[in-house]
Amino acid sequence: MLRETLRLAIQAIFRNAFRSFLTVLGIVIGVGAVIAMITVGQGSARQVTEDVEKLGSNVLMVLPGKDAMQGGPGGSVDPPFSLRDARLVAEELPFVEIAAPVAFSRGRVVFGNENWLTDIVGTDNGYITAAKWEVARGRLFEEGDLRGGKPVCVIGETVRDRLFGPSDPIGETLRIKSLSCQVVGLLASKGASTFGADQDDFVIMPIRTFHRRIAGNTDVSMIYISAADAMPLARAREDVTLLMREIRRIGPGEEDDFTVADMEQFATMLSGITNVLTGLLSAVAAVSLLVGGIGIMNIMLVSVTERTREIGIRLAIGATGRQVLAQFLVEAIVLSLIGGILGILFGLGMGLAGARWLNVPFAPEARIVLIAFGFSALVGVVFGYFPARRAARMDPIEALRHD
Amino acid sequence: MADPLIRLRGISRVYGNGDIAVHALDRVDLDIAEGEFVAIMGPSGSGKSTALNVIGCLDSPTSGTYHFDGVEVANLTRDQRALLRRHYLGFVFQGYNLLARTSALHNVELPLIYKGLPSEARHAAARAALAKVGLADRAHHDPGALSGGQQQRVAIARALVGNPRVVLADEPTGNLDTKMSAEIMELLARLNRDEGLTIIMVTHEDDMARFARRLIWMVDGRIDRDGPTPRAA
Repeated sequence: MLRETLRLAIQAIFRNAFRSFLTVLGIVIGVGAVIAMITVGQGSARQVTEDVEKLGSNVLMVLPGKDAMQGGPGGSVDPPFSLRDARLVAEELPFVEIAAPVAFSRGRVVFGNENWLTDIVGTDNGYITAAKWEVARGRLFEEGDLRGGKPVCVIGETVRDRLFGPSDPIGETLRIKSLSCQVVGLLASKGASTFGADQDDFVIMPIRTFHRRIAGNTDVSMIYISAADAMPLARAREDVTLLMREIRRIGPGEEDDFTVADMEQFATMLSGITNVLTGLLSAVAAVSLLVGGIGIMNIMLVSVTERTREIGIRLAIGATGRQVLAQFLVEAIVLSLIGGILGILFGLGMGLAGARWLNVPFAPEARIVLIAFGFSALVGVVFGYFPARRAARMDPIEALRHD
Repeated sequence: MADPLIRLRGISRVYGNGDIAVHALDRVDLDIAEGEFVAIMGPSGSGKSTALNVIGCLDSPTSGTYHFDGVEVANLTRDQRALLRRHYLGFVFQGYNLLARTSALHNVELPLIYKGLPSEARHAAARAALAKVGLADRAHHDPGALSGGQQQRVAIARALVGNPRVVLADEPTGNLDTKMSAEIMELLARLNRDEGLTIIMVTHEDDMARFARRLIWMVDGRIDRDGPTPRAA
């Protein structure tokens, strides 16, 4: 009987294939959107985790401002750090292997007829090492470059590509604002980060050079710390925090005016954003499923009216109300499941395309696919019930007279 | 004498109530025995279709008792009536009422699906029923590809396929020309004569009623005359 009912439902749906397709489009779009977004979201989250692992789990970043992770560097009203602060961190804390001062600016770099707007970073070799950049060509800074604040720089792959094209950048001279700066090294490409940010778009120079020739002050906007592997990160953070409070003379009971962030926090924040986005999109998808469900109810009501005579025949030859109800309910469920399945395929396809485009892993989740499947069945039940009940309650005599 | 297959006592069917109440059936008493071929005639509005619907358990009487094979069925629920129709009754309608875009074979099978028969048994029974009405070679035609007479024969096969106790026919020749009508009536008469099938038919054509063996004439919801058909007399 169930097999017959299913066969009947599929027959009825494909008898009006185009109408059925239009009917389920709402479900297809709703389910597809959810699957695509969650797939891409999960892929991004996985990418973040992988990125963090690549950077090493023992990296800490000290930024001015209490909620630096929310505002981002540079948005803080709290005083920046100094070179001395970074040196103290390195000297006072035995587990700190590298404590590199970092200062940032945005600026236009010029070479010949080419120019390019990029990140100008002032720091030392420690930052490059701790952030795990590899030297592709040339060298890092020498002791003399750093101490003397010499006009030399190391560039990323994007800057090389934009300014030099196929020719060798090593030994060439760039102009950054009023500074003429010799390229001594090229760093190997890291590729795009999780959210598509280019990680190779920068010019790095010794921090003294940066202070004197670019910034005109001696501010340090971040201290980049690499702790010994043996040191638990939580304790390292605690110690760095205590030292920074001392350096910045924060009294007991006063709040920190800086943030010690680690990559895990960063990852947590990113996945938080992903979750919020996923939540919002799920709400949109729910609305879309609702609209899709109403579409199914509408077309089922039309179908029941169109098939009044058929219903009359079935009732007359001995179908019970329940059997007629089952027939139309199953039809609605099959219809919305077809929508669900198309939506899942469409969503996975979009997810794959999105993952490719954002350069994150394709991470389909069986759980989400099953939930989507279940939800579309539920939509069929909820919105198919009313039309099916209308069919089941028809008077066979009236129904047979209908034309 | 054994109880008749169908026994109506004081059956009324009233539509609406109060001043606008219409008595489609007015205290009808009627016995029909197994193996009869009964024609119900009467002017329009005389209640002949209502009588057929009540006998066919498509409609419930407002009052009175209806025993089918000794069982009181006047007050059954909707679903109980559906089961009764499924197992004991077959219907033939004026407009054939076949499912469009569905093969003759599948149309004939339909009642057996609700009886829960497996598909091989259904196919066999449906083919046998089609053969009985002379349409064995049309099993895979859709109703649209069949003439009116052939469609009505498919409908008769559908009514027969479940081995019903009674076949109820509501103006089975109303949409057919004289020649086809005669064919259909001969088929019904033959089924009644050879297989002892009980048939109750509503018609408004004397020529068709003559194929039956008993004629009930209704006026204003009552049985006015009841006796053998003129030819049989």
